Formats: sequence, structure tokens, C-alpha cells
Amino acid sequence: MTVYSLIFYALAVVIVIATALAITRRNPIHAVVYLVVSFLGSGILFFLLGAPFLAAVEIIIYAGAIMVLFLFVVMMFRIETAEPKGYPWRQWGPALLVGVLFLSVLCLVAFRDPVGRATLETAMVSPRDFGRFVFQKYWLSIEVISLLLFLGLLAAIHLGKVQREKAEEED
Amino acid sequence: MIVPYSHVLVLAAVTFVLGLVCVIARRNLVMTLIGIEVMMNGAAIAFIASGLRWHQLEGQAFVLFIIGVAATEVSVGLALIIGAYRRVGSADADTYSILKG
Repeated sequence: MTVYSLIFYALAVVIVIATALAITRRNPIHAVVYLVVSFLGSGILFFLLGAPFLAAVEIIIYAGAIMVLFLFVVMMFRIETAEPKGYPWRQWGPALLVGVLFLSVLCLVAFRDPVGRATLETAMVSPRDFGRFVFQKYWLSIEVISLLLFLGLLAAIHLGKVQREKAEEED
Repeated sequence: MIVPYSHVLVLAAVTFVLGLVCVIARRNLVMTLIGIEVMMNGAAIAFIASGLRWHQLEGQAFVLFIIGVAATEVSVGLALIIGAYRRVGSADADTYSILKG
């Protein structure tokens, strides 16, 4: 039991508890704030597993940009639904059943496979080496991702614009 | 030495299943999108652990693409939710029943 193992298990507990709290909150704003905690934990976990660049990207993009986007949408449009109080069995029962089945199968695979018994060694990839690797071997995928982001931007603008024109016509 | 590879995989599996339960059980569309984000994060944890397990950089490269796809998906998904909310006046998945005969 080294200090790295302790950090890993503490992070795992934080991530699982924060995520479980996030998905059960009635108020989406509370859920988003808990999710920020969960993603910060994931960022530190990435750092522990030897990916400092991805840790920074996780915190900047996931915990920063994406969650703030959620927060803005929830605040601007007061998206509230009439979800029933408590956790009705009709709604949560099938989900929990599927989840428990799926989790037991995944745990069985993870523990029975001899590959899973290997211990991870600490290693670190510097951002420079990682960038070199990605742009030498996967430059085409980077281009595809940039195209995808551009199309996402176009789609978001288009969806927002069409709806606004329709709303003005109705007024 | 950190931990056995299987423990990291179990953490990724628990995160993924929590997201799955959220997508299935919640009726608020924003919460559904949050569940998808949680699932993608679980997949990213598994990829990074695999990259460390076999000392290959491909695992980390995949996570870069997962984060790019997640960002695009959230922006388009939130725009769609706002559009549906303006049209129907609710973000409850059960109210979208125009096609019901």
C-alpha cells in the first residue's frame, strides 16, 4: 500500500459519491455542481495515471467549459420538470436492475481476466511527447475532430436562429 | 506501483453504470445529457488506465477525441433541448407525445 494507492482509493470514493449524488438531485443546478467535483476528481486521477496534459484538458474543458454551459442553460431557461418526489420504483426499478446486471458482468470480466491482475506502474508522458505522438500518427483524426467541432458550432447556431425567427413570427 | 488494473476498470465501470442509470431513470432532458457525460467520463478513465497498463500512447490519444466529441455533443444537445423547450414549453421527456395516435 503506497501513497499512490491511497490517493487512488480516496479519489475513487470521491468520484463515485459525487457522481451518485449528482444523478439523484432533483435540481439540475445542484447536479451540475456535484458533477464539477466528480470531474475535478477525474482530472486528478488522470494526473495520477500519467496523463498531465489530459488532466489539464479534463479540468479546463469538462469541469470548466461544458459544466458552465450546462449551468448557463439551466439558469437562463429555468428548465424544471414535474419529476415526482422521491424515487418511485416504476421509474428507478428498471434502471437499477439494468445497472446492477451490467455492473456485475463488468466486475466479473475485470476480476476473472488474468490481464486485470497486473499492477500498474507509475509512468508519465510529458505534454510535448504526447503532442508529437498525436500529430505524427493521428493528425487525420485531429482534423476530423476539428471539422466535427466546426459542424457542432454551425448546428448550434442554426438551431438557435431558426427557433428565434419562429418565435418572432408568432409574436 | 499504484493499484491492480482491475480496480481502475471497476471504477470506470461504476462511473459508466451510474451514468447509464441516470439516462434511463431521469425524465429531465438536461439530466439525461448529464448522464451521457458521466458515461463518457467513465470510458475515458478506462482508456487512460489501459494506456498505462500496456505503455501505449493510443489510450491517451483516444481520450483526447472522446473529450472533443463530448464537447460537440453537449453544445448540439443543449441547443436541441432549448429548441424543444421553446416549442413544447417543457423539458420533460414524457411530454413529447405529438406522434401519439
